Amino acid sequence: MDLHTITEVIPRGDAPGQRWRAGDAWLAGGTWLFSTPQPDLRRLVDLTTLGWESLVVGDAGVEIGATCTIRELHGFTPPAEWTAGPLLAVSCEAFLASFKVWNAATVGGNICMSLPAGPMISMSVALEATYTLWAPDGSERVVDAADFVTGDQENILGAGEVLRRLDVPAAALQKRYAVRRMSLTRLGRSTAFLIGTRCPRTGELVLTVTAATTRPVRLRFATPPDAMDLRRRLHEAIPDDLYFDDPNGTPEHRRHLTAYFAEQIRVELTSDGGVAA
Amino acid sequence: MTYHVNGRTFSAEPAPGQCLRTFLRELGHFGVKKGCDSGDCGACTVWLDGLPVHSCITPAFRADGRAVTTIEGLAADGRLHPMQRNFRDAPGFQCGFCTAGMVMTAACLDQSQLADLPRALKGNLCRCTGYRAIEDAVQGLVATEAAPPGNAVGASVAPPAADDVVTGRAEYTMDTAVEGLLHLKLVRSPHPHARIVAIETEAALAVPGVRRVYTWKDVPRKRFTTAIHTDHLVDPDDTFILDDVARFVGQRVAAVLADSVAAAEAGCAAVTVTYEALPAVFDPEEAMSPGAPQVHAGDSERFIRDPERNILLNLHGHVGDVDAGFAEADVIHEATYTIPRVQHAHLETHGSITWLDADGKLNVRTSSQSPSIAKVKLAHLFDLRPDELRVFCRRVGGGFGGKQEVFTEDICALATLDTGRPVSLEFTREEEFIGTSPRHPMKISVKLGARADGRLTAFQFRNVSNTGAYGNHGGETLFASMGSAIAIYRCPNKKLDGYSVYTHTLPSGALRGYGMTQPAFAVECAIDELARALGQDPMELRRKNIVRPGDPLVSVEAGPSDVSFSGNGLDLCIDAVDRALREACEPPPGEDWLVGTGTAISMHDTAPPTEHISEAWVTLQADGTYEVAIGTVEFGEGTTTAHLQIAADQLRTATSRVRIVQSDTDRNGFDTGAFASAGLFVAGNAVLAASRALQARILSFAAEHTGVDVGSCVLDDDAVRCAGARVLLSELAEAARTRGILLAEARKAYGSPRSVAFNAQGFRVAVHRMTGEIRVLHSVQATDAGVVINPEQVRGQVEGGVVQGLGFVLTESFQLDDEGRMRNPNLRNYRIPTYADAPRTDVICVPSTDSVGPMGSKGIAECCINPVAPALANAVADATGVRFRHLPLTPDRIYRRLVSEAVRPRPAELPDTA
Repeated sequence: MDLHTITEVIPRGDAPGQRWRAGDAWLAGGTWLFSTPQPDLRRLVDLTTLGWESLVVGDAGVEIGATCTIRELHGFTPPAEWTAGPLLAVSCEAFLASFKVWNAATVGGNICMSLPAGPMISMSVALEATYTLWAPDGSERVVDAADFVTGDQENILGAGEVLRRLDVPAAALQKRYAVRRMSLTRLGRSTAFLIGTRCPRTGELVLTVTAATTRPVRLRFATPPDAMDLRRRLHEAIPDDLYFDDPNGTPEHRRHLTAYFAEQIRVELTSDGGVAA
Repeated sequence: MTYHVNGRTFSAEPAPGQCLRTFLRELGHFGVKKGCDSGDCGACTVWLDGLPVHSCITPAFRADGRAVTTIEGLAADGRLHPMQRNFRDAPGFQCGFCTAGMVMTAACLDQSQLADLPRALKGNLCRCTGYRAIEDAVQGLVATEAAPPGNAVGASVAPPAADDVVTGRAEYTMDTAVEGLLHLKLVRSPHPHARIVAIETEAALAVPGVRRVYTWKDVPRKRFTTAIHTDHLVDPDDTFILDDVARFVGQRVAAVLADSVAAAEAGCAAVTVTYEALPAVFDPEEAMSPGAPQVHAGDSERFIRDPERNILLNLHGHVGDVDAGFAEADVIHEATYTIPRVQHAHLETHGSITWLDADGKLNVRTSSQSPSIAKVKLAHLFDLRPDELRVFCRRVGGGFGGKQEVFTEDICALATLDTGRPVSLEFTREEEFIGTSPRHPMKISVKLGARADGRLTAFQFRNVSNTGAYGNHGGETLFASMGSAIAIYRCPNKKLDGYSVYTHTLPSGALRGYGMTQPAFAVECAIDELARALGQDPMELRRKNIVRPGDPLVSVEAGPSDVSFSGNGLDLCIDAVDRALREACEPPPGEDWLVGTGTAISMHDTAPPTEHISEAWVTLQADGTYEVAIGTVEFGEGTTTAHLQIAADQLRTATSRVRIVQSDTDRNGFDTGAFASAGLFVAGNAVLAASRALQARILSFAAEHTGVDVGSCVLDDDAVRCAGARVLLSELAEAARTRGILLAEARKAYGSPRSVAFNAQGFRVAVHRMTGEIRVLHSVQATDAGVVINPEQVRGQVEGGVVQGLGFVLTESFQLDDEGRMRNPNLRNYRIPTYADAPRTDVICVPSTDSVGPMGSKGIAECCINPVAPALANAVADATGVRFRHLPLTPDRIYRRLVSEAVRPRPAELPDTA
């Protein structure tokens, strides 16, 4: 929709957050920004002119530029040895938005939107990614993806700070994984999106709960839990008020689905003894 | 900046925050539609360097220097793109508002996407078709057919607008550029109930571009009802154009007129309203209790049955003796069912454009189901003579009852009459949800008594309907709710009580099914529950108790009626669905899925009980073709095609030689409106009678002209065969003209006497006992459509009705907070079915010939929705053993009882894991 209060679109150079002021917003794909009234915004700071590389594969893993489109990520063919590589595309397919929106929407935009159901958050937390953030003064900080989103549409970004890239470590991409997702309509927005991974070397099981909770919750199990352990850990880690309440699900339903799916993931990832040779 | 659109280059500068959709429309590409303006519906899909995007969420400046392709640019060298041909020939549309976006999306799918249409098309919403026709279009299936002259009825003739719809040329309400157009935006109440103490407009008027700010002080102090009926007395005059009391969150409080939408929005933000908040009541039962806040007091009280108890209307009836009937019963079932608000979600939002023409006549171009009645209302509000006012519609992008109201025309007309300038008001999608008229929430208690053999002995029904803050349609829907759903069963003892109650929530209104959908849910679930209590098959129980030809149709009272039927359409519908479901054997999708079947039936009068009139004018043109002028609006229901077929057959000609001129009070006669399935039944009868009369007139003129006996004259496509000679119609028209004669006839038709249409719906469903997900495995509807004018259109209407009905049960949830504020006023969170949510429905037309409609036809676009919800709920109960009496059945609402109460899957139901 037209954002009538916008007076200026600003292309920015290497320190894009400089001269940030109230009423400014980052513009990447714009697919969320233009989808809802923004009466408080005055200027859009365009990130797509910065020429950040979308996907860089190396020994350490994959570096995903914040302006990488969902289309590019979905079309990326990960190296065959990355057993969890398909999670990248599977997470794209968890979007409510159709492939047409993927042509413009970005990975960083989805993360910084910080909706509970943001599938790029689910993917990056489950794959133990780090985020590199740029402050307005050009300085950089690196944070664990699990610590970035703090609530429904809330995150740790300061004013004028921008998400520059994600680093997804090869070690996480070489794990086994299992996914469970539910939406109230067939291909709708996630009510609950759970991802489990299992390390083939150590046997560690990592369970990531998203969409059901207002922020991502990641649980690590050095040795696979039994059903009771799992239930107890979920109960301890997720207080009732952390379950999200919106038109796409009730907190009670989400708590129920979380327990149900978590157990399914536990069984799936431990059914064959877990630790591969 | 330089823009390349469809091969043409434009040098233009969009506003910094402008989206590509409005920019392209400013450049004249009106095929780029607005359904949601938020990236959810896909109606605005265009290509950017060959990739499809939603232009409403694409910043306009991003298209700088890139190639943009819109629907208007898809055809190359005047030849339709293959996907356009597919959508035309399938046909893959009804109202056609989503079609441009559908075609632009489907035309660029690769093989893997074509193999997964649920995913590929999930970003394109269609509210009309139920998606089967779209699937067929994408796959290149053709259902339309050419009909020989004089034999169009019974053939799937293509809609005459098909070429225009698939090319983006079809003009909808907002698809026009008007010089000097001003724009209105509305300030809406944040309070459910408040007195407006003061409205400060100075700051708004100081905003550059703002011309006027209208408040309650600036409007005629005349009460009216926004609801549309010929007889305005059936709906209460309880509404002002702008009022000094707000009675629901979202009620319009002020209107800002400005040079641009941006200025009008800024003006709205600058209006300061001082409210005195007043106590509010949201639940109808509470609203009826002593001491509840009174929604309407003062002058409008005289339209209200009991203003202190907020009762707009109460209806009571008692036939026989229910107490004696229950005493006689071996089994009694009693339960309460609730049916919530749901939204039409037609893809074209409400909107009007008004101007004064050179003669000073007020022109109103609007998205309405009834220009004739909109005209009557505007004439009343602004003291205009009929000749000072014209109301018309171009193609309308869906209605479903939502446009049987005056929501935008009045305030636009006010502004044009005030300023003399052309004025536009176009609702946003959010305004559709918070400022129009969803279905009436009803709470219905049903008590049934039956003998052990299944014979009904007593039938008690109590309905409390929530009309919201205003009474539009509240009385008529209450009346409808106490009609056919009850009259469909024979029972000597019936007692009915109904209340239409005001609350401080948004007003309810007309919606497909019109007060009959809610009682169909309650009664058909109750019948199913009674059958289970009796240990009988529900369809067998229905067979024992349904009305038969010769029976009176009794609900509130046994009295004179203009409704009758003589056929066994209902038996045939029951048999067809019963048989289809017994043969259905889809396995459960996996572990933890429970499978069951459910059915429901319904009956629907073929016209409304209120006065319904339509006038048709049929004229032989100078070139020997025909023009049919008829008031009915086309919004995808297909009456234009049916009228064409009816006229062509009467005039023994090809449909290509008949042109329909419609929905314009300056160009056709009076028409009550396209609702209550009257577009076919009433307007179709007018077209039939006028065409028949013109046939006789032409033959008699031809006989005189050629000097032969009229008995030897017959119409033959473009000519009349007079004994041995063949005289061209153009020659006859010319001969008539020289004598000062116009070969034309006018006839009126009325919605009386009426017939009934029956239908039956069956579902086989799977229910996941842990997550609460419901999947439809099999869907079948049998419909008693009478003589079918256009088989593909009948099929399309039923399919669309079933999917809309399923949306109301399975996916859509209209959520209000404690103050009556909607939590999810957008298509992202109010989830109408997507392609992926829509099962295919087998549509069976049973033969029947008892209709007094044109050629023996019956309108079926409306009634098809009524049995959907109960059949689904009955199937869920059959599958799980758990009865859900409160809609919707979304997973989050039903999982808890399933987890604790549902039966375990029977071994036979488990999937074969071998």
